[in-house]
Amino acid sequence: MALKIVKGSIDRMFDKNLQDLVRGIRNHKEDEAKYISTCIDEIKQELKQDNIAVKANAVCKLTYLQMLGYDVSWAAFNIVEVMSSSKFTYKRIGYLAASQCFHEGTDVIMLTTNQIRKDLSSPNQYDTGVALTGLSCFVTPDLARDLANDIMTLMSHTKPYIRKKAVLIMYKVFLKYPESLRPAFPRLKEKLEDPDPGVQSAAVNVICELARRNPKNYLSLAPLFFKLMTSSTNNWVLIKIIKLFGALTPLEPRLGKKLIEPLTNLIHSTSAMSLLYECVNTVIAVLISLSSGMPNHSASIQLCVQKLRILIEDSDQNLKYLGLLAMSKILKTHPKSVQSHKDLILQCLDDKDESIRLRALDLLYGMVSKKNLMEIVKKLMLHVDKAEGTTYRDELLTKIIDICSQSNYQYITNFEWYISILVELTRLEGTRHGHLIASQMLDVAIRVKAIRAFAVAQMAMLLDNAHLLTGNMQRNGICEVLYAAAWICGEFSEHLEDPNQTLEAMLRPKVATLPGHIQAVYVQNAAKLFATVLRKHEGATDSQAAQETSQLLVERLPLFVQSANLEVQERASCILQLVKYIQKLQQKDVEVAEEVSALFAGELNPVAPKAQKKVPVPEGLDLDAWINEPPSESESEDEKPKAVFAKEETKHSRPRHTEVDEKELARRREARKQEQANNPFYIKSSPSSQKVYQDAPGVEHIPVVQIDLSVPLKVPGMPMSDQYLKLEEERRQKEKAEKKKKEKKKKREKHGKGKKHDSGPESEEDITPAHHVDIVTEEMPENALPSDDDDKDPNDPHKALDIDLDKPLADTEKLPVRTHRSEPLKSPGEDGDVESVPQEPKKRSSKEKKEKKKDKDKDRKKSKEEKKKKKKHKHDAEDEPAELPAEEPVKSEETNEVATPPTSTSAEASDLDFWLSSTPVAPTAKEVAAPAPAPAPAPETSLAAAPDSEADEPKDAEPEEVKCSKHKKKKQKKEKEKEEKKEKKKKRHHHHHHHSDGGEDSVQNGTMEEEEPLPPMSNYCLLAENSYIKMVYDIQGNLQDGSQVVVSVIFENKSDSFLKSMEFNVLDSLNSKLQRPEGAGPHDGLVVPFQLPPGVSNEARFIFSVQSIVMPQKLKGTLTFIVKSEDSSTHEKLDFKLHFTCTSYLITTPCYSDAYAKLLESGDLKSSSLRLEGVNMPFHHLLARICFHHHFSVVERIDSCASMYSRSIQGHHVCLLVKTADQTVSIDAKCDEPSLLGNVLDEIKQTFSQC
Amino acid sequence: MIKAILIFNNHGKPRLSKFYEHYSEDTEQQIIRETFHLVSKRDENVCNFLEGGMLIDGSDNKLIYRHYATLYFVFCVDSSESELGILDLIQVFVETLDKCFENVCELDLIFHVDKVHNILAEMVMGGMVLETNMNEIITQVDAQNKMEKSEAGIAGAPARAVSAVKNMNLPEMPKNINIGDISIKVPNLPSFK
Repeated sequence: MALKIVKGSIDRMFDKNLQDLVRGIRNHKEDEAKYISTCIDEIKQELKQDNIAVKANAVCKLTYLQMLGYDVSWAAFNIVEVMSSSKFTYKRIGYLAASQCFHEGTDVIMLTTNQIRKDLSSPNQYDTGVALTGLSCFVTPDLARDLANDIMTLMSHTKPYIRKKAVLIMYKVFLKYPESLRPAFPRLKEKLEDPDPGVQSAAVNVICELARRNPKNYLSLAPLFFKLMTSSTNNWVLIKIIKLFGALTPLEPRLGKKLIEPLTNLIHSTSAMSLLYECVNTVIAVLISLSSGMPNHSASIQLCVQKLRILIEDSDQNLKYLGLLAMSKILKTHPKSVQSHKDLILQCLDDKDESIRLRALDLLYGMVSKKNLMEIVKKLMLHVDKAEGTTYRDELLTKIIDICSQSNYQYITNFEWYISILVELTRLEGTRHGHLIASQMLDVAIRVKAIRAFAVAQMAMLLDNAHLLTGNMQRNGICEVLYAAAWICGEFSEHLEDPNQTLEAMLRPKVATLPGHIQAVYVQNAAKLFATVLRKHEGATDSQAAQETSQLLVERLPLFVQSANLEVQERASCILQLVKYIQKLQQKDVEVAEEVSALFAGELNPVAPKAQKKVPVPEGLDLDAWINEPPSESESEDEKPKAVFAKEETKHSRPRHTEVDEKELARRREARKQEQANNPFYIKSSPSSQKVYQDAPGVEHIPVVQIDLSVPLKVPGMPMSDQYLKLEEERRQKEKAEKKKKEKKKKREKHGKGKKHDSGPESEEDITPAHHVDIVTEEMPENALPSDDDDKDPNDPHKALDIDLDKPLADTEKLPVRTHRSEPLKSPGEDGDVESVPQEPKKRSSKEKKEKKKDKDKDRKKSKEEKKKKKKHKHDAEDEPAELPAEEPVKSEETNEVATPPTSTSAEASDLDFWLSSTPVAPTAKEVAAPAPAPAPAPETSLAAAPDSEADEPKDAEPEEVKCSKHKKKKQKKEKEKEEKKEKKKKRHHHHHHHSDGGEDSVQNGTMEEEEPLPPMSNYCLLAENSYIKMVYDIQGNLQDGSQVVVSVIFENKSDSFLKSMEFNVLDSLNSKLQRPEGAGPHDGLVVPFQLPPGVSNEARFIFSVQSIVMPQKLKGTLTFIVKSEDSSTHEKLDFKLHFTCTSYLITTPCYSDAYAKLLESGDLKSSSLRLEGVNMPFHHLLARICFHHHFSVVERIDSCASMYSRSIQGHHVCLLVKTADQTVSIDAKCDEPSLLGNVLDEIKQTFSQC
Repeated sequence: MIKAILIFNNHGKPRLSKFYEHYSEDTEQQIIRETFHLVSKRDENVCNFLEGGMLIDGSDNKLIYRHYATLYFVFCVDSSESELGILDLIQVFVETLDKCFENVCELDLIFHVDKVHNILAEMVMGGMVLETNMNEIITQVDAQNKMEKSEAGIAGAPARAVSAVKNMNLPEMPKNINIGDISIKVPNLPSFK
């Protein structure tokens, strides 16, 4: 001890440095641990010194020891000390150590905030760099919150070195502190066009990483990325962008179309394999997204397949591997193009590289068809024989079984063949998969009746030769097969040719060496066989043979009675006594066969895998209720509700028990995240754009999404989302199961009978009935389906980043800035601006702005928005005094930091649409191109304004098609404004009328006074028809779930025969998918839950999930059914096309006139119009038609003018102003989704052109 | 995202470990061990990808590695990274090491793991690729080393002298430790750019 002190005081120079430590460890190979522990003691001494150099040296050594697996968290405080050294050398050592061993649980991390902040603003770029690098490894939610603003400032640093680091680290900040995403995003986006390629690359990197998790929020960036893709030469950037596009295309098929060409060019031109490969991958993704109805992409597929073939044929194993990987993606949608390369893939099975062989096997799985299954399996069997190493052989074995059994043995045409394959596989030595083979044998034998005789014969043979299988059986998994063999022989013993012999084989002494559970099956099935033998001999009066059999059992069974396995013992002694008793009876010549076989009577039916789950929970039983009072000190659960508020305290007390329950903490953190995610009061942004109106007064009239109150909002004692999920699931299952029970009963009966009737040769019909057991037939109960969110892992940190980035920033959304200083210190540039500017521009007189506007000094959206605001302020000053201050900071922020700030969702969306539409007339252009109808000049309206707008519009419209998107944007804005003005005037006019006329004419919510009887109307339209059946359908949106529509189909039997086994199937597109029950494959049909006697019709409902609702869709589908007349039954099918109109996404929603006015005023809606000539029907009929066919409701009606409203399932507002004047109807419409609006108007036009 | 970067030798001794997610020291060692077992049993001329980095959570993880002389360089990445791109990145990393250490060998990594960390920090930050241009990386690393030297200045001189003496006193200089063919030969691969 004394020596150490002396040594410490004399000279630290003789301390070990890192090199000495390493050298020492290498020289103490024998007692490394001991040596290191002395070193650690030394380090502890060194850390006590005041000299920072000594400390840094110690920390440096600790970092090395950490790599070797030593816990160095005890030195965390010293690391912080070293981090805060003013010397770069030591600082770097400190940050490195911190990055290696700090994490969220490290308590001293909170001490670092100010130090890091200081380093971030250091004049030395490497201090900043080192801090950023370190922070990227240990950033915590608290650090992220406190430092987000500083880092954001650094994103505009003058040095690219700092900029790129700051940009990259933002991703980590977003993850830990999701609230920072929206405020920081504009600047991040800006960095995509940074002059420095490194910064650009970093920005691409971050956005790609973000977009990968929540692609839909980043769709609006597609044009920007597209530009980058076509201009960048940096392969890293290109790869990232191309990968990103791969994630975006499924959401927006039009994007895919646009991508194909440049990607194809890249494929042809690039020499970098990595880029080529990613291009091919994305092209594949595009093709998948376009899979429905684009005929001429076969060239692209060919190109991809051809390029991949080159990769696969390459000598470089890496390329080969990747080629196969990509091939398997094509396989899913275009199996044909891959199948032609079967030879190549079979070749890969011979490759020396196991991963390549496994990839090739995966491919084979998807390539089989009824035709080539046997051939492929034969090849695989050859490989099984050749294969070295049990792992690969086992893999082959499982693959063979997978390939054969996939989708319910779909490709097997001959089950005898399959049984023999299975039997052959039993000869494999040393496989672990005996149980797999066994279960296949059982499955096939039970479900394919016709094969039983054959199977039993084979199994009898197996039993007879059991000794071959069981050479060294205890270690050998293959003896599991005997389990299946014995059971099959026993259960289906009536098919046995020589039951005596099999019985004998099952009772050999050697059996006693088999595992217990197999012996048990042997014993039990020996009894079954015994029953069969008795029965056989009964009729023949050959009592001798029967008695011999009894004797055999009596002799052999005692062997099993002595078994160590309880199960075997019990069964054996039971059966032994039984046989002895029978023997007695036999000696008295009593006929016993009948009674003995009664023991095993009845047929076993296959039970659906999910049957157990479907058992309904009896009423009154709450599985989640506590049986006893919960233990009082179950702290974590009780605390949870408090956690939100008690957060700070918990953190401070943490140090005391950090080590004790690290896991508990992690769990709590998760729970908190989860709770926030599910807490309706926790403010998250939602993707819908209607938010804007929700806090305006009078808005309570607008129907907001209804909350399903049947689900209790919170259940004590469990993290909420779990509980919620469980409840939901339970409820669903209960409902399902109840329906199901009935259904199943019916089916079972049917099923049993059916089987006996048509047990033809081993064709597919044989199995189809079997697998129907587990298919849920009826439509799903409404709102019982899992929403998208449920599917996501609630613990996924990326979930929190699912944030709409196109919405304008709100006041509250600012990065926290330290408040105790009046002047921002460290960011001389930005911070100052952000902080100081806010109040000024707004104080400027609104007149000034108006003037500017008149001058058409279009300073882009920015100024425009301000103007709009001003306007609003002027008009609504009395109504909304709160709005003024609220909106200000947004404005200022945008003005300062963002060149092209995201203005509003609709604007962005329309840009995207315009960019995406390849035709010169964008969906939005339609509205402009259409002759803008003169708004029926109402008498009171100031005439001056109306003509003014009229005059402008056509002018704008004409050159429209030639102009580029930028111009277009501007124009739309202009137009919008005008439109708005107009609208407002109109509105005032309405009000006027409304008041003066005392509302006698006004009609609300579609309740119309009967002026004239309405003609009968039906929304059901023909789906398809043939001589047997007619289908009509209607589509309704599901208000509860923004992604679902319900298709009601009425099936009418037009024939004289009985229609049964109807199966409804639809070819899903990427956008619209038929909701199938859990466990059903994506191509399985839904069984229509009823049969149709002649002349009867019935309705079934199918639920579809849709993603984008702005375009109409067509889905192809097929109905298959069996026509059963007295003497014959035939399979029939009927193809149909389901047309999802945009109307079907609208839901009749009442709206009150003042809310409606607010909505129009808000200025977020795009307008469009429609003119119908020669409509010869009363106005109220016209309205009724629109209401009925297009799901609108009348908000207000005055004379020959009416305003109507509807909402889409995804919350788009659609407003119509319908006016009529001698046979001409003009409809002015507004909606926040222009393409949706355009389509709805088209459909309205369609409706009226038909009458 | 890159989840982890590991360098270990033919015997599984870790030479550098960089995890971009936190694990306890024990778990880290276990991950290194298991990765070594997976990687070391593969032949030289098989592909450099290994699926199912079940060691680190996340199902879409891949191990991408290269084997140079006595060292394995292993990157554990998720599906957002391009496989071939990462292979090239490893190449850039090794070439950079080669430049910075002048004919890098395992011993350089053994004795100067901190420097390797510093170089790596200029390439990959928080699991994301920061810079792929070798010259840029070397420029930044050199600039920082220069700064370090200037800071050491006069104060550092005695320490350096002592260290030189220490080395002299030792019977074996690190470069003389016999571990066979130690120099990492950087083959010239077709460049990425």
